[in-house]
Amino acid sequence: MSTGVRITQGTFSYLPDLTDEEIAAQIRYGIDNGWAVAIEFTDDPHPRNVYWHMWGMPMFDIQDPAAALHEVRRCREAFPNHYIRVSLYDPRLTRMTTALQFIVHRPPHEPGFRLERQEAHDRTIRYTLHPYAADRPHGERYANGGAGGAR
Amino acid sequence: MAGTGDRGRSRRDRFAAGVIPYKEMGYWRPDYEPADTDVLAAFRLIPQPGVEPEEAAAAVAGESSTATWTVVWTDRLTAYENYQGKCYRVEPVPGTDPQQYIAYIAYKLDLFEEGSIPNMASSIIGNVFGFKALRALRLEDLRIPPEYLKTFQGPPHGIVVEREMLNKYGRPLLGCTVKPKLGLSARNYGRVVYEALRGGLDFTKDDENMNSQPFDRWRDRYLYCMEAVHRAMEETGEIKGHYLNVTAATMEDIYERAEFAKELGTVIIMIDLTIGWSAMHSMSRWARRNGVILHLHRAGHATFTRQKTHGVNFRVIAKWCRMLGVDHIHAGTVVGKLEGDPGAVRGYYATCREDFNATNPALGHYFDQDWIHMPGVMPVASGGIHAGQMHQLLHYLGEDVVLQFGGGTIGHPMGIAAGATANRVAVEAMIKARNEGRDFLREGPDILKAAARRSPELAAALDVWGDVTFDFEPTDTPDVAVTPTPTS
Repeated sequence: MSTGVRITQGTFSYLPDLTDEEIAAQIRYGIDNGWAVAIEFTDDPHPRNVYWHMWGMPMFDIQDPAAALHEVRRCREAFPNHYIRVSLYDPRLTRMTTALQFIVHRPPHEPGFRLERQEAHDRTIRYTLHPYAADRPHGERYANGGAGGAR
Repeated sequence: MAGTGDRGRSRRDRFAAGVIPYKEMGYWRPDYEPADTDVLAAFRLIPQPGVEPEEAAAAVAGESSTATWTVVWTDRLTAYENYQGKCYRVEPVPGTDPQQYIAYIAYKLDLFEEGSIPNMASSIIGNVFGFKALRALRLEDLRIPPEYLKTFQGPPHGIVVEREMLNKYGRPLLGCTVKPKLGLSARNYGRVVYEALRGGLDFTKDDENMNSQPFDRWRDRYLYCMEAVHRAMEETGEIKGHYLNVTAATMEDIYERAEFAKELGTVIIMIDLTIGWSAMHSMSRWARRNGVILHLHRAGHATFTRQKTHGVNFRVIAKWCRMLGVDHIHAGTVVGKLEGDPGAVRGYYATCREDFNATNPALGHYFDQDWIHMPGVMPVASGGIHAGQMHQLLHYLGEDVVLQFGGGTIGHPMGIAAGATANRVAVEAMIKARNEGRDFLREGPDILKAAARRSPELAAALDVWGDVTFDFEPTDTPDVAVTPTPTS
């Protein structure tokens, strides 16, 4: 058992971290399907934190994964202590939703979550998941201080 | 009204007291052009010896609409031609002995109550199956016109919203039914849930007959399972769910269990097909009202769906379930331990997921079915599947599916969590390879072996189950383009 928690959100979290070439191949798959490419980052990895910060606008019309990969690298430089994910979005009728989403960067230490139990009537328990990272204000959440939180 | 349906008989003869062939009462209408608003049905039938197929087909049309066995003068108080089911085509099925026929019957919309599957079922399959003039009968497919479809709301959430609720995209979801399905105490049962979810599965599941037995009462099970679910969420940072089966004797009991499950924070509950159409529809509304995903286990379906010349094809069951609205439905595996011809299963999955099903005999689609953007139902593949088949599962079943590995998780030699991890590594590796453009069906075993070098859990799973297949001839197959169950 390792210390800390490897958060397993996203499609490829049970595989070794993707290399930049592997990230580009997944983005290529999205582009070939006509999907938009979005890069998002956060220091609050709660599984119900839907709205990560957008690293610029989604890229709707790119032809070359290199352009998206370039932005992934820039985002990593700006936020080395945040989570960063790539989302590929399918705007087609009857879908109009994210088609693929995977983590492309993690903070060096992932502190994980505390499970809070509020004991209620008749052994009923109300559960709340609390990310340790959220104990500190934006910008101070991960070891080494992070790089300034939300833009 | 012109008596165009009273073929070969004067109006006086048609209504003379006594018994006349159904064909001559207006239920056989080879000249009829089905309207876009008609409900269309395709029945497979075998007439009794000596009964001509058109008469048998007309009898089905009659008994599933207005007719009784003898002439009644009270028909004349109605615009009966509107209400009569009209058999407009009968086709022999090549190569069958005794000879089978497909009878196509059109029904006017007036025959059906809006938004009621029980009414539609009582009409179309209510009386006809016991009919003596038939040796065998099976309802193969229905075409539901948009005018009727729009009287239903469909799945409480559907595939797209479910994925957004769970925050999981781009890969099959993974589940596991707790085993042994009966006998574990509630506390031990929760242990299995915890291990499977923390190891990497998205869902665990009560089995169809896990309701509230003396060794495991529902309230205790729900408490332990939800403790397990939340512990696994804490360890993974992912949303997890356990399908708490709320099937019970009465609607009051079902609602009580569902309310308690919701209070504990579950994202999903389940019901069995055995609770019936009305109860399923009630729970669909409950699930939408309460924001809880609704899983349906098709318990009992094979008693009337499996035999090719009797009952109701599963694609009809799937259509009715999409209409009344469930979020998940078990729909076959192709490669697992339970019945499922590849073409037929592809057809069921299309019925659950796609927005338009084109007529396609190889998939068993007898009609074009336009779903007019009704959300899709997530099909569930469960029964005798394992990580070593991941390339086949992805090939046959696609991405919007829940793959449920019961034995294939719990039976893992390194433990339940390791079994879960093996399945998750396998699915992620296969999706990654597919997206990279690999020929994953052919290269599947190599892709898995490569992933197993980084995952001792997957390596152990491939060692134990890598060669296990279930290679039996399916009984329920489309009439054309039958392909064998794959073995490798």
